[in-house]
Amino acid sequence: MSTDVAHEEHHHGPPKGIGRWLFSTNHKDIGTMYLTFALTMLFVGGASAMYIRAELFMPGIQFMEPDFYNNMVTNHALIMVFAVVMPAAAGLANWMIPMMIGAPDMALPRLNNLSFWLLPAAAVMLILSTIVPFMPGTGTAVNTGWTLYPPLSIQAGMGMDFVIFTVHILGVSSILASINIVVTILNMRAPGMTLFKMPMFCWAWLFTGLLLIIIAPVLAGGVTMLLFDRHFGTSFFDAAGGGDPVLFQHLFWFFGHPEVYVLLLPSIGVIAMIIPTFSRKPLFGYKSLVGGMAVLFTLGLVAWAHHQYTVGMAAGPTTWFMIITILISIPVGLMLLNFMMTMWRGAMTFETPMLFAVSIVLMFSFAGVTGIMLAVVPADLEYHDSMFVVAHFHYALIPGALLGLFAAAFYWLPKWTGNMYDERLGKIFFWWNVIAFNLTFFPQHFYGLAGMPRRIVDYNPAFADLNMLSSIAAFAYGISHLLFLYIVIKTVKGGVKAGNKPWEGAQVGTTGLEWDLSSPPPFHSYATPPVVK
Amino acid sequence: MNYIKNKIASATGVVSSLLVNNAYANKYNLPEPADPVVQQIFDLHMMTSLIATIIMVIVTLIVVYSLIVHRKDKGYVPDQNFHKSWFGRWAWLLVPIFVLGVDFAIAKSAHHTLDTIFDEHAEADMTVKITGSQWKWSYEYLDSGVKFTSNLNKDLTPEDEFYLRDVDKPLVLPVNTKVRLLHTTTDVLHDWWVPAIAFKVDAIPGYITETRTEILREGTYRGQCAENCGTGHAFMPIVVKAVSKEKFAEWRDQQVAAAAAAAAEASSDKEWTMEEMMAKGEEAFNKTCAACHQVTGEGVPGVFKALKGSAKATGDVKVHIQTVLNGVAGTAMAAWKDQFNDLEIAAIITYERNAWGNNTGDVVQPKDVAAER
Amino acid sequence: MTTHDQYFVPEGSKWPIIASLGVLTLLAGVALAINHIQGATLMIILGFIIMGTLFFGWFGEVIGESKAGDYNSQVDASFRQGMMWFIGSEVFFFACFFGSYYYLRELTLPYLGGEGHLGKTHMLWENFKSTWPLLNLPDPAAGIKGQYSEAREAMAAWGIPALNTAILLSSGGTLTWAHWGLKKNNRRQLNIGLVLTVLLGVTFFLLQVKEYGHAYHEMNLTLHSGLYGSVFYLLTGFHGFHVVVGAIMLMAILGRTLKGHFSEHDHFGFEAVAWYWHFVDVVWLGLFIFVYWL
Ligand code: HEA
Ligand code: HEA
Ligand code: HEC
Ligand code: CUA
Ligand SMILES: [Cu+2]
Repeated sequence: MSTDVAHEEHHHGPPKGIGRWLFSTNHKDIGTMYLTFALTMLFVGGASAMYIRAELFMPGIQFMEPDFYNNMVTNHALIMVFAVVMPAAAGLANWMIPMMIGAPDMALPRLNNLSFWLLPAAAVMLILSTIVPFMPGTGTAVNTGWTLYPPLSIQAGMGMDFVIFTVHILGVSSILASINIVVTILNMRAPGMTLFKMPMFCWAWLFTGLLLIIIAPVLAGGVTMLLFDRHFGTSFFDAAGGGDPVLFQHLFWFFGHPEVYVLLLPSIGVIAMIIPTFSRKPLFGYKSLVGGMAVLFTLGLVAWAHHQYTVGMAAGPTTWFMIITILISIPVGLMLLNFMMTMWRGAMTFETPMLFAVSIVLMFSFAGVTGIMLAVVPADLEYHDSMFVVAHFHYALIPGALLGLFAAAFYWLPKWTGNMYDERLGKIFFWWNVIAFNLTFFPQHFYGLAGMPRRIVDYNPAFADLNMLSSIAAFAYGISHLLFLYIVIKTVKGGVKAGNKPWEGAQVGTTGLEWDLSSPPPFHSYATPPVVK
Repeated sequence: MNYIKNKIASATGVVSSLLVNNAYANKYNLPEPADPVVQQIFDLHMMTSLIATIIMVIVTLIVVYSLIVHRKDKGYVPDQNFHKSWFGRWAWLLVPIFVLGVDFAIAKSAHHTLDTIFDEHAEADMTVKITGSQWKWSYEYLDSGVKFTSNLNKDLTPEDEFYLRDVDKPLVLPVNTKVRLLHTTTDVLHDWWVPAIAFKVDAIPGYITETRTEILREGTYRGQCAENCGTGHAFMPIVVKAVSKEKFAEWRDQQVAAAAAAAAEASSDKEWTMEEMMAKGEEAFNKTCAACHQVTGEGVPGVFKALKGSAKATGDVKVHIQTVLNGVAGTAMAAWKDQFNDLEIAAIITYERNAWGNNTGDVVQPKDVAAER
Repeated sequence: MTTHDQYFVPEGSKWPIIASLGVLTLLAGVALAINHIQGATLMIILGFIIMGTLFFGWFGEVIGESKAGDYNSQVDASFRQGMMWFIGSEVFFFACFFGSYYYLRELTLPYLGGEGHLGKTHMLWENFKSTWPLLNLPDPAAGIKGQYSEAREAMAAWGIPALNTAILLSSGGTLTWAHWGLKKNNRRQLNIGLVLTVLLGVTFFLLQVKEYGHAYHEMNLTLHSGLYGSVFYLLTGFHGFHVVVGAIMLMAILGRTLKGHFSEHDHFGFEAVAWYWHFVDVVWLGLFIFVYWL
């Protein structure tokens, strides 16, 4: 088949039937699949969070064996991080990056499909890891938390092996997706679309992708060593044979700390698109934002051991990790300042995406400053492994990652579907969601300080009142997501037609090409690459 | 239900009590320090909290001002060149300098405490080795040789003030004495966390880490295990009783004497009767082994083996003794030889072999255990 | 120069989803097998069959497209960059192992032996002396999973390992020579170079197998012999695995050159495999220096 013929066929629109989805090489279809998968898994991961909160509703063991509780904590975290936030961000990248930079598709479309389809395989493995321990003779459930620290993870039963392979599959999927996105950004830009004309979302994903290429293999290596210790008699993490359990922590956090920026950066990119749009004025400090991300990238890679201040590291490395971690406030502070200064002297309106963006600026700053509190070594020797840490990271993960994805959904749904979402419902969702979120997690700071450790199934009554508040708010928070689901379905089904440029201020300040296309965009966005002046 | 009602009533008081903290005396903050280093940490914590609050106030003020004034429905005309103003041009430099200043202040104030924590030559008047195991703490006073194990007090219910915060035998320490705490564990990671008297450090199997404490006031200090250690992680409380130096010396001498007596008893040639052994064994079993094997001896299917009717507990005595002395490698079943003396092990084994219908009739004697060590 | 018209976007492909199924079957099978669940071997075999078909199918498709001239220079650049980043991620995979090795050997073993910041750890292992290669263990009787048995002697660097270094380095040379041949359109030089490279690769592998046998049986250096065995087999094992994969890819390339594929200017497939092979080479150098020699 010659290229020309193949090319002709592309104009006939999407292939028919289920094959369109199963075998897709189209960036928008794959993006949609990523987003659908992420939304589905949000409810799975959320359901385990609801279990957690129900168990912690009051002191005493409500309805969970301790091991099952910790298995839920493990699953909750793994699902939220790897099956909700990362796939959703990858879905956005798939949908938007080719459209923004004027590419016909992703650079490696078949590989793109592979990165997606590995995710359901990983999800099946993860679910198996929870089911397996119910069968007799398979040992304890995966009760380690998502950090999988040995020797507990060596004691755990067969479910652990499924988790280890889950991590392998997820790692391969992330690496392939990242390679694809990085190559797309570097190699597929339309003529004239220089790097510094790109929409900020592309920059954010460029750094994210590079981070993943560096860190995902290290996690894969780490869990491989765990597998060997479990089954093949090696002693990497066993002092009796000359090893050290702390080594695993170093490997995990060499991955894990940059990983939090992997979760954060795509949402930062989204906010950097939304705030200029609804402030009707160009992004303040485009270049410094790029620079900030570059610095964050660098510092993020050498700050990992701030999760391990309590393992008895020597003074030298401890001080290094503390200082590097505190310095991270500089690039992140700069990013947030840029957002605030973009709003400053703008002409703001407050559609749902903007509401989310503004609340993110505030709530993520809060997560950041509690992060700085944690970074101070002596103080962390008290905070570590308490609910204070849990409060910090939910403030970081939910505003810093999840809400950014919600904002992106509202912002781009009109483009994707051609229909406007219901603004009134959107606003209700926003207020409900953000208020319930704060009521859930703000109190955790206090019962954490008062001495409640994390990952415990049962606790002393001194922490009871605030835990009950947390739990009630968490249920309200959880239910709010059903409204989100409803809004999305309603928008996909129909609604007021959105124009090519549904937002008055869209495209202010960057040359992103997505708004030049129709809404919804044609199956193949650009037959011939557009030229950017 | 009454419980829930009470709690809802008190929950309404939460918001106000957050503002008026003293009413609850640190119910929502780190506990009141009772150690000089913890005091420094507490001050550091209050300072960073204050900085965090100030930064949040600044950020909020800027955003809220902007939200109120710079809005389209107020007819505000956007300043399209703001990012090209002098501030727009220099913000990338000014902001980092400002933040660097704050960062420096924070790091600087942590510096002194860090030096204290990492002081390699710190002196200590006594040393206690703390060993975590699934799921209890063992203490050994290296200077006097006193050692004992501390277990969760299982009699309390969720209504009790010290539910999950009480043990059968607390760690007793003298006040105004520099104590070095050495941490290790026999199985997985644990973390001995009593926030008022010492910062925490992980206990790592095969390694020894170290903290220090110098308790300033007499009293009872409570904490719990802070590193996920599996099934019983929530059930590993720590209680430290700080007493005057004199009382401590008295207590210590008692313990030394009691230990000597117990050792003498264990190594005496006395033939123990079934009744004596069953009574001793039941007590020790329920305290230590029932955490996994349950009081009924039925264990937890698939996780902790049943001893009721188990092949080992009814078969060859020697194998049974070996199992208890050395544990089962690769499982949660630990080696118990260092925790119990021969008499105790003999009693536990006798109990296991005769309770729950394991009616083997064997009475194991301390010397049988000694022979297997 | 890249041209921007007609970027090749393949039609829908069934291979990715098959790959996903294959990976799932294979890994679930392995997870069951290492826990001694019956019937797991069947799953593994099935997994391998799916993966095998997949590789033939997928690469066949790509080769077909390549031969049909579907790929313009921009597509070619995507492939190149993709391969570069992939090798980049492999670098970090090995960096993880080398880093662990350094950490264990230089930082924590001395702790166990009573030196450094956590030296008081020695209290727990009073008879242990930290040495490298580690032939005595802190406590051979007490493994988390079963017991360890100490290795009797250390691996010597200047026997087979040195020979293997020479072999692998020269295979890099022959491969480059083959590439020169390809660029000059000297097919004979290309084919001979490739055959030599494959032969050297296979020799390397066979020697490695021999050495493993020796280590296992004569030296008692096994996966169970504590940290030294662990590190040794982890690093050389994953390297060996990469050699096998690289050699198979080289054979595939050889098959294609014999069929007359590739031209002077357009031979991404060849180059990708060559890069990979050179990468495997460099890793070996690291291994030889740090694991065998120093
Ligand atoms: C999106 C995710 C995300 C993000 C962005 C962050 C961001 C940061 N985190 Fe957080 N963190 C997590 C997710 C995240 N974290 C998770 C999941 C864990 C727990 C994992 C586990 O154990 O399971 C964790 C745990 C964690 C710990 C370990 C706690 C412990 O276990 O004891 C520490 C310690 O240093 C820390 C610090 C920081 C810091 C310094 C930042 C910085 O990046 C924050 C920088 C931002 C700001 C500082 C705010 C903006 C700046 C200004 C307004 C300028 C002025 C500010 C100052 C001068 C202070 N985090
Ligand atoms: C992106 C990541 C992410 C996200 C979004 C969340 C979201 C939530 N998390 Fe979690 N969490 C983590 C990452 C995340 N978390 C991590 C990394 C850990 C550490 C794990 C470890 O220690 O190893 C953790 C741990 C953790 C704990 C600590 C457990 C412990 O240490 O004992 C708790 C407890 O409150 C908690 C609660 C919640 C809640 C209530 C939500 C909510 O936001 C969830 C809300 C969403 C839904 C609920 C959607 C589903 C909606 C329905 C199903 C509708 C029906 C609703 C009802 C039945 C009410 N999480
Ligand atoms: C932390 C949990 C735990 C505690 C505490 C514990 N055990 Fe066990 N025990 C186990 C596990 C798990 C096994 C199963 C080991 C295996 O798989 O062979 C076991 C096995 C045994 C067996 C062998 C049973 C058989 O049929 O194979 C005996 C006997 C035994 N324990 C006695 C004791 C005694 C006595 C104590 C207290 C002094 C004790 N255990 C405390 C977890 C525990
Ligand atoms: Cu011991 Cu948690
Ligand atoms: Cu971190």
